Amino acid sequence: MWSFANPHRFMTLSGVLLPWLIGAAALLMVVGFIWGLVFAPPDYQQGDTVRIMFVHVPAAWLSLLCYSLIATASVISLIWRHALADVAAKSAAPLGAAFTFLALVTGMLWGQPMWGTFWVWDARLTSFLVLFFIYIGYMALWETIDDPQKAGRAAAILGVVGFINVPIVKFSVDWWNTLHQPASISRLDGPAIHWTILTPLLIMAVAYTVFFFALLFIRMRTEIMKRRVRSLQLAQAAG
Amino acid sequence: MTGISASGAFTALVRRDLALAYRQGGAALQAVVFFAVVVTMIPFGLGPDLALLQRVAPGILWVAFILASLLTLDRLFQADFEDGSLDVLVLSPLSLELVVLAKSLAHWLANALPLIVAAPVLAVMLNMHLVGLVMLTVTLAIGTLGLTFLGTMGAALTVSVRRAGLLTALLVLPLYVPILIFGVGAVAAAERAQAAGQGIEVGEANLLLLTAVSLIGFVVGPFAAAAGLRLHLE
Repeated sequence: MWSFANPHRFMTLSGVLLPWLIGAAALLMVVGFIWGLVFAPPDYQQGDTVRIMFVHVPAAWLSLLCYSLIATASVISLIWRHALADVAAKSAAPLGAAFTFLALVTGMLWGQPMWGTFWVWDARLTSFLVLFFIYIGYMALWETIDDPQKAGRAAAILGVVGFINVPIVKFSVDWWNTLHQPASISRLDGPAIHWTILTPLLIMAVAYTVFFFALLFIRMRTEIMKRRVRSLQLAQAAG
Repeated sequence: MTGISASGAFTALVRRDLALAYRQGGAALQAVVFFAVVVTMIPFGLGPDLALLQRVAPGILWVAFILASLLTLDRLFQADFEDGSLDVLVLSPLSLELVVLAKSLAHWLANALPLIVAAPVLAVMLNMHLVGLVMLTVTLAIGTLGLTFLGTMGAALTVSVRRAGLLTALLVLPLYVPILIFGVGAVAAAERAQAAGQGIEVGEANLLLLTAVSLIGFVVGPFAAAAGLRLHLE
């Protein structure tokens, strides 16, 4: 498995996979959007405003998935000093921040018709906002330290320590009984949503995930090429 | 000179840092004055209504305390990093984690302790009463355990960056949020219990969670900070 972690092999492999990922993401997005926004039935309580769920919930899931990926890559980077893990974490961070921002904004737009307010300081929203700030701090650390190797290790330490917030976000609706609704899908009794709404939701979740990995591969390839350019420039300056 | 024991090295390092802190003259006092000035500005912003100030006092004091202690973090590692003392400290009989612990302890004594002493005085100005004052001081004392070591981690990660004050704050403030939430919650719960005529429980939920989160910071902080220092020293 480690052979895939070789940057050269990664470039070849991702180059082959990327068109398929982009195509699959486009197809799943179209199917999911049309099914969710047009064909799924309106909720008995919320009416048609429930459709924003198909944008909001997968974005929130992806934001947590992305930070988990960053934390895993950080651990691999710290233990095995693997350059590709650094590249993956650095490339994933802006994507995760964007998904977090999307989830926050769509959540606010949903909150106004559903709860009567754009924002409330309940546990889930507050911990998710803190996650957004952790993403921003993580990205800032990468940008501020000049040497990519050192920046990678500093960011890896921060990535691991910041991971404590992800279970807090996940379980915040269980630990604090406040406004954001509790878990409806990942429960021990099974999902509490009817399949006519659950299916487009899961399709959108898969679509977002494939989209995320497509973008991640594009960013990782760019970052690897940037580093190659940098080494060439350094070699030229020295020689 | 023959080998020095680890505990001897620890106390020597603490005393060195304390001596440096006091000789820099007024540095810790500046943090206390900043704390006082921020707390003074609140009534200008909110109005002098004492009832309102009493309700918001725990939160304001905690936030001002956190901001004042963040400003002192620059002094923790940067001076030693820039003049090369940190390179020498890495070679000491103490592990780098213990070096971080010693420096953080000295930093706490020199910077955080004056803030904790100043807090009840400022709390009186915001019309807090005895129970709230006592609980505030207790929660600040417990909370600074976690705040100091998480702050140490932030300072270590950014030690080679020039003018890293804002970056350190940005990295560390999201991690401070649980300590802030439970600290203020504990003070509010104590005040509510006293207003309802009940006693204050030692095992109150907010206080226990505050202690737990602080201890996690105490455990994680030195290791993360030592790792951060090592990567900058290479």
